[in-house]
Amino acid sequence: MEKKSKLSIFTNGLIKENPILVLVLGTCPTLALSTAAMNGIYMGLALTFVLTCSNIFISALKRIIPDSVRIPCFITVIATFVTIVQLVIKAYMPELDGILGVYIPLIVVNCIILGRAEMFASKNTIVDSAIDGLGMGIGYMIALTFMGCVRELIGAGTVFGMAVTVNFLTPFSIATLPPGGFFVFGCIIALMNKLTKGKVREKQENKCMGCPGSSFCSKSQEGGCDQ
Amino acid sequence: MADKHTNLIVSAAPHVNAPQDTASIMRDVCIALIPAVSVAVYVFGLQALILTLVCCAACVFMEWATRRIMGRPDTTSDWSAMVTGLILALNLPVSMPYWMAVVGCFVAIVVAKQFFGGLGQNFANPAIVGRIALFIGFATQMSTWAVTPRMSSAIVNVAGADAISGPTPLGLLAKGSAVPTNLEMFLGNINGSMGEISAAALIIGGVYLVIRKVISPVIPLSFIGSVAVMSLVFGLDPIFQVCAGGVMLGAIFMATDYVTSPITNAGKVIFGIGCGVLTMLIRMYGSYPEGVSFAILFMNILVPHIDSLTKHVAFGKEKGGKK
Repeated sequence: MEKKSKLSIFTNGLIKENPILVLVLGTCPTLALSTAAMNGIYMGLALTFVLTCSNIFISALKRIIPDSVRIPCFITVIATFVTIVQLVIKAYMPELDGILGVYIPLIVVNCIILGRAEMFASKNTIVDSAIDGLGMGIGYMIALTFMGCVRELIGAGTVFGMAVTVNFLTPFSIATLPPGGFFVFGCIIALMNKLTKGKVREKQENKCMGCPGSSFCSKSQEGGCDQ
Repeated sequence: MADKHTNLIVSAAPHVNAPQDTASIMRDVCIALIPAVSVAVYVFGLQALILTLVCCAACVFMEWATRRIMGRPDTTSDWSAMVTGLILALNLPVSMPYWMAVVGCFVAIVVAKQFFGGLGQNFANPAIVGRIALFIGFATQMSTWAVTPRMSSAIVNVAGADAISGPTPLGLLAKGSAVPTNLEMFLGNINGSMGEISAAALIIGGVYLVIRKVISPVIPLSFIGSVAVMSLVFGLDPIFQVCAGGVMLGAIFMATDYVTSPITNAGKVIFGIGCGVLTMLIRMYGSYPEGVSFAILFMNILVPHIDSLTKHVAFGKEKGGKK
């Protein structure tokens, strides 16, 4: 993989390879937790912490971990940090534990973290991996918070718990229910595609756009594989 | 339906030329709904007419605006948005605030229809999606049923003399109270969504559509028939169950939508029976008193599978053979 500047590694996760809106990873907690804007911030912080720490450790251990058992090793590292986050939240923020509930332990099997460990941290330096983890985590947080804002505004008439339209309009509560989550998710992805059209075109010439592995596949730099 | 296909090159005459196109079919559906709208205006008053007009105008405007923004050719002249607006309005209670009805039109036309590619590409009937989104999103307003003096005494007495809202016949049945007579149910002296109250008016519209060959009677008959059979199985009055709620409106006008119903007659029978059985199961065991729209939406999603199961076997080919 060719050398990238530190800044481009960081901004990569924000827009171009946003884990939710472009890579469409980790959809389950996204749909379940984006019912309110504040949830996005909390979940984003938890995920950013785990992602950055696990990226650093996996990058540091990449020469020790045998290739054939790398997935169990990655999960062990990730589970360690998830346990730290979970116990801290349980101890100091019991209300938050009630909101995020089962989705904190589920970070262990979150595709974003495992994906970044596999595709980035196990191939790059410690500093680059840390920056990648931070960028991806913040990209996740922004996307989740934005989606939470939209769903909270439509479904409850508030944003970050502050009344916006709730006093004069009846909230359209379907937006905070599961079907509304899918509708809003689809609309935001469509909007994102529309806004990043230029970049999408650029990749299409590379013939790798339709491939989920385009961002990390070594052949995408060479102009695409045979498939 | 050949009006917009100017890019198709057709060869080898002779061709059958039918006067029927999308616009004429949709116009016939509008005409067929006139009796139902008239009964709604008679029972609920002028507000029913205003709400219907608001829905139609909102749907046509949104169809025009969305296609313009998306850079697609204008399709408002095919009347399909008008029909969606009309059917959605007939699925609402008369007391529905106008802006909420417009939100429903947005979900129906923009989300369920245009986001999926417009008429012919929608995965489910737009009016049904709009109604269900409103039903879940504005649950209180969607289950407030106005009571007027033109309704059955069974409803007016339970609601009280000055009440502005009261239970529907299915609500009365669920509570075990006395229900309106079958004649009142058939004529429409009951409350409920604007268009579903009068079975008689809907049947007149349905007969008109069948005579004009706009719809085939297979889906409505199998839908209504299976509701009747299921109510006999459950030991209920089949005439009451068929006239109550949205069965007539759903069976005649919503389940027969070309885009979201199966092509072959065998498929239509499966579709109709599925709708009827699901409707009765939701009425009996579900948490909602009425299940027509959920049943139709569910069967809409199954249509591609029904179609692939009931494909015609071409002449000379073996059943189940691929080539």
